[in-house]
Amino acid sequence: MEMLWLVPALPLAGFLVLFVTEGKLPKIAVACIGAGCVGFSAVVAAVVGWEYLTSGTDAYSQVMWTWMAVGEFKVEATLYFDYLALVMVGVITGVGFLIHLYATGYMWEEEGYSRFFAYMNLFVFAMLLLVLGDSLLLLFLGWEGVGLCSYLLIGFFHKDPANGYAARKAFVITRVGDTALILGLLLLFREVGTLGIQESLETARSIWPDGSLMNTAIALLLLGGAVGKSAQVPLQTWLPDAMAGPTPVSALIHAATMVTAGVYLIARMQGIYLLSEHAMLCVAFVGLATLFIASFTALVQSDIKRVLAFSTMSQIGYMFLALGVGAWSAAIFHLMTHAFFKALLFLASGSVILSLHHEQDMHKMGGLWRKLPIPFWSMVVGSIALAALPFTSGFVSKDAILLTAADAPELGMVFWGGAIAAAFMTSLYTTRMMVLTFFGETKMEPHDPSKANMWLPLLVLAALSLGGGWFGFTVLDSLFHDHGVHFGLHLDNPIAIATMCIPLLGLVAGYLIFYANVFDRKGIAESGVGKAVGRFWFVGWGFDKIYDSLVVNPFRWLARVNKGDFVDLLFRFTALVARILNNLFSISQNGRLRWYALTMFGGLLLAIVFVAII
Amino acid sequence: MEGPLGIPLEHVLYLAITLFLIGVVGILIRRNVIFILLSLELMMNASALAFVAAGAYWQEADGQVMFMFILALAAAEVAVALGLVVQLARRFRTLDIDAASEMTG
Repeated sequence: MEMLWLVPALPLAGFLVLFVTEGKLPKIAVACIGAGCVGFSAVVAAVVGWEYLTSGTDAYSQVMWTWMAVGEFKVEATLYFDYLALVMVGVITGVGFLIHLYATGYMWEEEGYSRFFAYMNLFVFAMLLLVLGDSLLLLFLGWEGVGLCSYLLIGFFHKDPANGYAARKAFVITRVGDTALILGLLLLFREVGTLGIQESLETARSIWPDGSLMNTAIALLLLGGAVGKSAQVPLQTWLPDAMAGPTPVSALIHAATMVTAGVYLIARMQGIYLLSEHAMLCVAFVGLATLFIASFTALVQSDIKRVLAFSTMSQIGYMFLALGVGAWSAAIFHLMTHAFFKALLFLASGSVILSLHHEQDMHKMGGLWRKLPIPFWSMVVGSIALAALPFTSGFVSKDAILLTAADAPELGMVFWGGAIAAAFMTSLYTTRMMVLTFFGETKMEPHDPSKANMWLPLLVLAALSLGGGWFGFTVLDSLFHDHGVHFGLHLDNPIAIATMCIPLLGLVAGYLIFYANVFDRKGIAESGVGKAVGRFWFVGWGFDKIYDSLVVNPFRWLARVNKGDFVDLLFRFTALVARILNNLFSISQNGRLRWYALTMFGGLLLAIVFVAII
Repeated sequence: MEGPLGIPLEHVLYLAITLFLIGVVGILIRRNVIFILLSLELMMNASALAFVAAGAYWQEADGQVMFMFILALAAAEVAVALGLVVQLARRFRTLDIDAASEMTG
């Protein structure tokens, strides 16, 4: 396990090489370095993971160096590897490598090939630092690093100003959450006096045995950071716009890894949340609200990537709900399976988009299923996993979440009811997406440029989406302390049966509505109420509008009014005085020698008179 | 209040002041560089006279020592100043000091 440091070091090396060569390397070399270093990192991670699993230890930590030391206080750069890090590292390097491999084909025709892979490698490094660091400082460093890479990659096609706007929006909105996060981390540091994560959790347990107001405040501030990064209500509005980035970026950053950093943060800090009932409840309600809102929004979108973005939001909402009801293992398990099937869906939709010359509007697609067999079947697999049809990976993890949520005291039925309604919507919008994209009449003729490096990741991810659940209840369940992952086929429990059947019901409903056209779909959409509701859902329940009128427009107004910046008045006043004095004195410098002599004698005379009077 | 030669100190100082003021006025109203230099010389000698008179009054050698210094200073000053005058005359083809007023602030 001594090789652990290599896991983040390899992507960093890849980034440095690509960064230093400034895009002068040939494309094939860039592809080898960019995807290769993440691939090797995945191999090392697999070896380390295998050693960890066979060694039977609970956690392994590796001190790399002492970052700083002031007297008694010491900050060490330590890597910490436990079951949580195992899952996260596996997802980041494994799924990350597949996405890198896919991107070598997807980005081939684009400008800035080398820049793209440099950013991607930097992202993988930062994300690994975030999940491996055993110090609040390292965690924060990784947290900001992934935010930066997200910004750079959303705005990757920087020639279109709209992409730059989307990148800025993502950066600024997550910044709101990051502010809460750093406040929470600083408060925690002040209370427990150490930056080590494990140490601080232990100290927190001992100084707040029954929880306290301070503990709840810290937990809520950390939740604020998680909400921003994971695109949960109320800071969710950046994620749909983040789809401006290239599709592999959406798959890696905005589906599989970065947006789940919030889930990781709360799971890592579970010691603090367990002490505060209210904070747990907040987490659960944030998740519930998000999964509910996002799944309705996804139903009416026309851009295929936006459907997937809202779907990602709602799936992360499930994870938050799981965290809130204490199903830590189910949340992390769903994080893993979601990474598989959502990356698959994004990559497959990327293949569709690429074959239609960057057309993303589903209403212009249709009838593609015969022409694009590999993307079609990949999306079928991804969709049934997303909709949680029985025996797929998504089913195993979502089932675990829903059944634990139903068991929650008092509010159990509320959580379960909301989540199951959203699950119904999930299979409904998934069916709609599939029908619009692949069935019906052909509106555009695709050309399929896929090579092996593009369809191979799809096949691997499809296999993982189907069978990834197996990994959960064989390997993970023995590692997680709460044993929340098990194969949930309880046919005696009505709630469990309903949980299993409702997604199927959604699928049937979706088939009837969107494929067989049993109802007058157009008529409903054109009617007054249908139109209003559709519009409301389409804009994501109007959050953007609220923020525009509450924050953006007042700020713009302030900026317009204060164009001259009144704080600058002080500095400009100083400059003005200096300029006036300069003009005044430069009059006296007229170059006439006799004038100088006169003023000199005049001054002398004045001085003498002055002395004489005194 | 008399010095060794029977001349009262005040008289000598009045003379020195008069000479000095003549020098000042000369600098201020003359435009010819040569005359300005002459006026300058006059002022220096006026102050030297005051030194000598004071030295004689207190029976001290200091006044005469200062006079020697001023003499040396005047010689050095004239050497530099005449060089400048030659340059001025060459460049501007005149000795009018107001012609050389290019160095404004």
